[in-house]
Amino acid sequence: MKISRVIKTTVLAASIAGSVSLANADSYHIGVTVPSADHGWTAGLMWWAQQATDELSEKYPDVSFTVLSANSGTAQVSNVEDLMIRNLDALVILPYNPATLQSVISEAYAEGIYTVVVDRELETPAQDVFLAGNNPGLGEQAARFIAEELNGEGNILVLEGPPIPINSQRVDAFNRVMEEHPGINILASQNTDWNPQRALSVTEDLLGSNPQVDAIWAGDDDVLVAALQAIEENQRDDIQLVVGGGGSQAVIEMIRDDHPMVKGTVTYPPNMIASAIALAVHGVKGERLGDMYHGVPSRVILAADLITADNVEEFYEPDAAY
Amino acid sequence: MNLSQQAKPVGERVVQRLRQIPISTSILAPLVALILLFVVSSLASEYFLNTRNLTNVMRQVSYTGIIAIGMTFVIIAGGIDLSVGSMVALVGVIVLYVVNAVSDPIQAVILAMLAAVVAGALFGLFNGLLVTRGRIAAFVVTLASMSIFRSLALYFTNAAEVSTRNPFFSDIGGGFFMGLPIPVLVFFGLAIVTHVLLFHTPYGRHVCAVGANPQVARYSGIRVERIVLSTFVIAGVCVGLSAIMLTSRLNSVSPSDAGYFYELDAIAAVVIGGTALSGGRGTVWGTVIGALILGIINNMLNLTGVSPYLQGLVKGGVILLAVLLQYKRTP
Repeated sequence: MKISRVIKTTVLAASIAGSVSLANADSYHIGVTVPSADHGWTAGLMWWAQQATDELSEKYPDVSFTVLSANSGTAQVSNVEDLMIRNLDALVILPYNPATLQSVISEAYAEGIYTVVVDRELETPAQDVFLAGNNPGLGEQAARFIAEELNGEGNILVLEGPPIPINSQRVDAFNRVMEEHPGINILASQNTDWNPQRALSVTEDLLGSNPQVDAIWAGDDDVLVAALQAIEENQRDDIQLVVGGGGSQAVIEMIRDDHPMVKGTVTYPPNMIASAIALAVHGVKGERLGDMYHGVPSRVILAADLITADNVEEFYEPDAAY
Repeated sequence: MNLSQQAKPVGERVVQRLRQIPISTSILAPLVALILLFVVSSLASEYFLNTRNLTNVMRQVSYTGIIAIGMTFVIIAGGIDLSVGSMVALVGVIVLYVVNAVSDPIQAVILAMLAAVVAGALFGLFNGLLVTRGRIAAFVVTLASMSIFRSLALYFTNAAEVSTRNPFFSDIGGGFFMGLPIPVLVFFGLAIVTHVLLFHTPYGRHVCAVGANPQVARYSGIRVERIVLSTFVIAGVCVGLSAIMLTSRLNSVSPSDAGYFYELDAIAAVVIGGTALSGGRGTVWGTVIGALILGIINNMLNLTGVSPYLQGLVKGGVILLAVLLQYKRTP
């Protein structure tokens, strides 16, 4: 009994001690925290965060990184609190939701930590740099492409994301463009949580209740793949066009291989976190970017690029996680 | 001769005294696990014993810890409450609406706190009535109300985060008193009050009796339905307190995110603390220790920079080990 308890205790101790990384005395310590990999895009985010910190810590030996992820906004508040204990020089954060993280990011910024906020903007700015993709641009580009391909006439389905501001920015911009095209009729606009399983059943239901559908817009490329499966399983040949959002390698390959339905997607690149980490490295050292005459800009908005058969090669990167 | 004859009753008396103290073996095991974890953590990271880190950990723990205390009562009485996480979101939304609706800032904060406790109690009453009057299993009732509460929180806010400019609100959850964050003081204060309620009042004995065997409890004259109902109300009030602390610390509430997975953290804290999931026995102190163990694990993983992919594995493993340490498994 006693011995077995000792063994259990040792295992407990070893399981923790074994996972400890050596504390080292680098001159710059950069903390990164992102939402955990709960769907394709966030998995890509995590992959790129790891990739960028590996590459950059090799290139700049005086910089070390800690990458954390959180499955909720409140868990991410704890992440930031824990990072701040560790003599942080810079913080790169993709906030799970901005208002929840507002006060703790403000605390970090007020302490003089070089702060880069990615993708989701704070109501009261508390950062050195804000870097994001173009959410309204994503919806807009997708809408223009669909309207053009359908010659302004047709019935479409919209597969939305979860009820968060990013999704409303995309869908609102999409709907604004579609208002200019009275011939296009949005049959339904449904939440899929950007989750492939949920998207599969939602698309099945929507296809079942709408006998004539010309095009589908999926606000996320994983959702697009699920929607395709629903289309195939229901043997529907009325759908001419499926457009995505995000720019996953799976969908880029379909466009590259001249898929009969999937003809376009719009980038919302998860490697924005990699660029944000790179900006933090230069920003915290007070360096300029390339040949620029200024320091790191305070606001960087990445373009929302429409990917079609014409330019697909530029975006093809078979190794990436998304 | 004389000495040993005298010593024996003294020793027996000491042992008897020790047995009377509510710290039994079932609580000693989690305590040992906590101390071990504490020692290992302070060896593993130079930052762990930093005062600011320790107060951070305690504050991080207090939101789910307060809820776990309420959950302890529900579980001891033989129930379960899966709705607490969603309830945090809904109560949090109500708190922020009240704070923003009342013009006098101090009145607004006081009314919001009252509203949180009342709303929590009412939601708990809703769960409890469905369990006792509706005769539906607690698991099913709270599974449904989990969905209902979250959905209402999303509907009232259109899924948008709600924040406030009230100058005093953030002083509650973000404030300090005697060097300790206020949520931590509320957590420990609540633990003391509920400990007395559970072990030194007839009510507490009735809760245990109902959980151990409802039929026997009914025959001995305990109003079983009323006791079960009251445990859900206690859980609701705890959720109300937690929602005040959480929303005021963050100065905002996110209806899709607040309290996300809190039900699982609360249940894990209760179980690690030695409360039987089948009901009948359990302690508040065990739950407090369980919550602290969970908090220290999270903190440790962040401080040492364990791969984010592996954090769940380490956390799950330590939970299993902590529970293994305390149950004498029969061969």
